[in-house]
Amino acid sequence: MHPNSPIKAPAPRSEQIILFRVSGQLFAVSSASVQEVRGVDSLSGAAKEISQPSLRKVKHVVRRGENSVYVVNAAMHFGLPPAPPALVFVLRRTRTALLIDGIEKMTSMTRLQALPLAFCHEERGWYRGLTALDQTVVPVVKPDGFLTPEEIFLLDASLSQEAEAEATRIAEENAQNGIDTSVTQ
Amino acid sequence: MTLIAETELQSFVLLRLGDRRFAVAANQIAELVPPSRVFRFPHHTSEVEGVILRRGRIVPVCDVAEKLIGKGLNSRRFYLIAQRCYGPQTEWVALPVTGDCELINAEMSLPSDTDAPHVSGWLSHAGDVIEVLNLAALTPGPSELAPVTSPLQPLEARP
Repeated sequence: MHPNSPIKAPAPRSEQIILFRVSGQLFAVSSASVQEVRGVDSLSGAAKEISQPSLRKVKHVVRRGENSVYVVNAAMHFGLPPAPPALVFVLRRTRTALLIDGIEKMTSMTRLQALPLAFCHEERGWYRGLTALDQTVVPVVKPDGFLTPEEIFLLDASLSQEAEAEATRIAEENAQNGIDTSVTQ
Repeated sequence: MTLIAETELQSFVLLRLGDRRFAVAANQIAELVPPSRVFRFPHHTSEVEGVILRRGRIVPVCDVAEKLIGKGLNSRRFYLIAQRCYGPQTEWVALPVTGDCELINAEMSLPSDTDAPHVSGWLSHAGDVIEVLNLAALTPGPSELAPVTSPLQPLEARP
């Protein structure tokens, strides 16, 4: 006779998440969605200013390989009071880098509840759902929810316009220099 | 004759918002719970003030007082947890109330064309005429999931 072996309940599937703060508000993001965490100071050399009046949450763009990654101010995105960001999350498989105040901790969640249907506005695009951690409810953000395809299109268009304007300016400067050179010759 | 009259009675939960009472079909009510911590996070649905944790579920808190009595609630004694239909789906919503709730049996009169969308009928109880609430019209939800069934029909799906 074999002793009865206890039937083990399957361990609940868990997902590693990063809890982070923006203007004092706690959010979570899947660790797998974060490609890189950098200090904001490290951006200063690489980031270029971009101005799209209808998208005030994006003020900088960073060139990464062939792509432009737009730096989104998370506080402005969520309509929270402004707070000086300290860190940037570069989000995997998106063209978004996210300015945040800081990381609270890394942990895991075993249950993600869909956002209740009572929430029926833009927030449905912002969050994957809600999770309960230590008797607290934390919204879990959607990495691709910070910039819609339309917003990326606008930003790309703005970037090309700026590039064209820059090219024109350089061409004009060169032409001007050429004239000046011919005059001095 | 008596039998017919009795079968027309339905159960309702009376809730209190300030000085007024309203009714919700009892088959839509899950429980009445004391106030607990409301967790807030950014969103743009003004009718939802946050969520509470109840039996492991995350339940949105919808303050319907503004719509019903013209002002928000300064104090609340309980949350009435009700089932809200979203098309074929139902979910729990927590409605803050200011006083005790009461279970009654009453006959409901149907609403007229001039009644507000959130009125699914009327009750006469203890000398008061009381609105029966249509939660689907009163609480927010995606418009594409407008309810296809009357809120007074028995709910088969659980939230």
